[in-house]
Amino acid sequence: MILSVRDLKVSFRTDDGPVRAIDGVSFDLAESEILGVVGESGSGKTVSLLAVMGLITDPNAIIEGSIRYKGRELVGLPARELRRLRGNEIAMIFQDPMTALTPVYTIGWQIAEQIRAHRNISKSKAMERVEELLAEVNFPNPHEAMSRYPHQLSGGMRQRAVIAMALSCNPALLVADEPTTALDVTVQAGILDLVRKLRATHKSAVVFITHDMGVVSELADRVMVMYAGRIVERGSRTELFSDPQHPYTRALLGSIPPLTGAKPRRLPAIPGSPPSLLRLPQGCAFGPRCPVRYEPCLTGKPDLGAATHAAACFRVAQA
Amino acid sequence: MIYAILRRFGQMLFVMFGISVIVFLIFFATPGADPAARIAGRNASPEVLEAVRHSFGFDRPLYVQYVTMMEKIFVTGDLTSFVNRGWKVVPAVMDSIPVTLSLVFGAAILWVVVSIVIGIVAAATRDSWLDRLLMALGLLGISMPVYWLGEVMNLITQSRYHDSWAFSWVPPLGYKNFSDDPKGWFLTLVIPWITLAILYIGIYGRVLRAAIIESMQEDYIRTARAKGLSETRILLRHALRTSLIAFVTLFGLDFGALVGGSALLTEVVFGLHGIGKLTYDALQNLDLPMIMATVMYASMFVVVANAVVDFVYILLDPRLRTS
Repeated sequence: MILSVRDLKVSFRTDDGPVRAIDGVSFDLAESEILGVVGESGSGKTVSLLAVMGLITDPNAIIEGSIRYKGRELVGLPARELRRLRGNEIAMIFQDPMTALTPVYTIGWQIAEQIRAHRNISKSKAMERVEELLAEVNFPNPHEAMSRYPHQLSGGMRQRAVIAMALSCNPALLVADEPTTALDVTVQAGILDLVRKLRATHKSAVVFITHDMGVVSELADRVMVMYAGRIVERGSRTELFSDPQHPYTRALLGSIPPLTGAKPRRLPAIPGSPPSLLRLPQGCAFGPRCPVRYEPCLTGKPDLGAATHAAACFRVAQA
Repeated sequence: MIYAILRRFGQMLFVMFGISVIVFLIFFATPGADPAARIAGRNASPEVLEAVRHSFGFDRPLYVQYVTMMEKIFVTGDLTSFVNRGWKVVPAVMDSIPVTLSLVFGAAILWVVVSIVIGIVAAATRDSWLDRLLMALGLLGISMPVYWLGEVMNLITQSRYHDSWAFSWVPPLGYKNFSDDPKGWFLTLVIPWITLAILYIGIYGRVLRAAIIESMQEDYIRTARAKGLSETRILLRHALRTSLIAFVTLFGLDFGALVGGSALLTEVVFGLHGIGKLTYDALQNLDLPMIMATVMYASMFVVVANAVVDFVYILLDPRLRTS
């Protein structure tokens, strides 16, 4: 296991009392495996991975639980040690390539900066490496692209530059936070191809955060569905897509228009909206929106269980 | 690039032309005032008055008067006020320029360096006691009027404690030429520099702190953290660099204005006969040619300072480099 997260809890102190953004998340990631993390905005998918990266800088955040990277505990690791891992062994790609790069430096400079932060090599050697990386992420003219500023590149090209930067030190773990959300569909496909190809060449494990079920079905080996700070269902891609168990997963899959067969007159949507983390319902967080809820859902919180394909739902446990 | 510079230069000339026309119209074409009588001076004989009228072209159309005035300032340099006393305006301005430049340049170096340090330290230790202390001191600096602060400085260094070990090095008020006496030049200016800089240190330190804190919220700072860079590097190379734009804007405006005569209060308090003092005296006496010359000089510096700011913008922010 390259990454093993156990009972991760992240809370934020606010004026209205503590808010638990992540409530007991556990998962494992094997080498060169792609894990898709799906959920709506506010479901905690980004926060949980920021916690893995040690990038929650809010002084009001409280992080509990255990995050082990190659057996090494990351929670409570000194900032200096964590920095040595970040960008080097664990790299991250962010959602919006428009704002993820510093506007005043060239692409080449920014990638070389990361290489030189972790490797003791000369500037010119680093620049050679940058050129290789840009070629690897399919820049048509890598040498010229190095001296470009972010604003001179299109969104897709910027995201490629961000990916090249993330890969610059051959990370064993790559965290991608909705890397295709801000891009056009055609550009998205190119980025997904790239992630797949890079997994094959660099042997990196990838955690791919998205709210797009289509992306997950194309890319992920295993999938984890999150709702209100908890994992509601996890399983392999085939298990999850052919046999969704949690009513939330089913509803998510139900709201994708079918490619073949009769088109539904109206696309089914999940009624209601995700609960505020400040006022979570007593029992199951999905309860108020759930079509199959019954008495136990109002009082208890269902557990996920230990099976490889598991859903946190009383109905599933009952069946 | 050359085209852009030329265009900027053309704009500068245009702005200065506009200013010169407005000032000229206000002081020389106001109905009911006779500029010739003013320029000739009190109790001037009719012959002198007639000579002034003729040499300034006051008996000819306005545009000729304007051109004559500009010629006297920029080409021949023989603009004279109070003709009967024969005070040449251009040399008087030229003598004042080094005084003001020495004062403002020194103070500017001081306030830029100190406020950048303060801004960075305060932003890095945000909400700590050090940050609060620095910001409180900054506010104190902003709220002390410069003439009061200058007088207090004089009181301490020139009279009360002048004989103590701490201030016995402070020379008497006044300006010493750099070429004659570099050490004296430096020593006489130290206290005025500090006095003038304190206000700006307060303002700039606060502005920079706010800009850095804003930059630190940006997405690219998170990227920089994800790259595994040290906090120091993130602050200095990523956040500071993008925060300097507001700082430079402010600097261009303040610096231009100060060189153009806004350092008047400091100049008066420390007995430095700079441009501010010259303009002030000219206004007191309604010395029209002198007002014309000093305003032209001041506008030139404001315009030049702004052009330099525009250039620094381009250095700081590649997004402004349109190809």
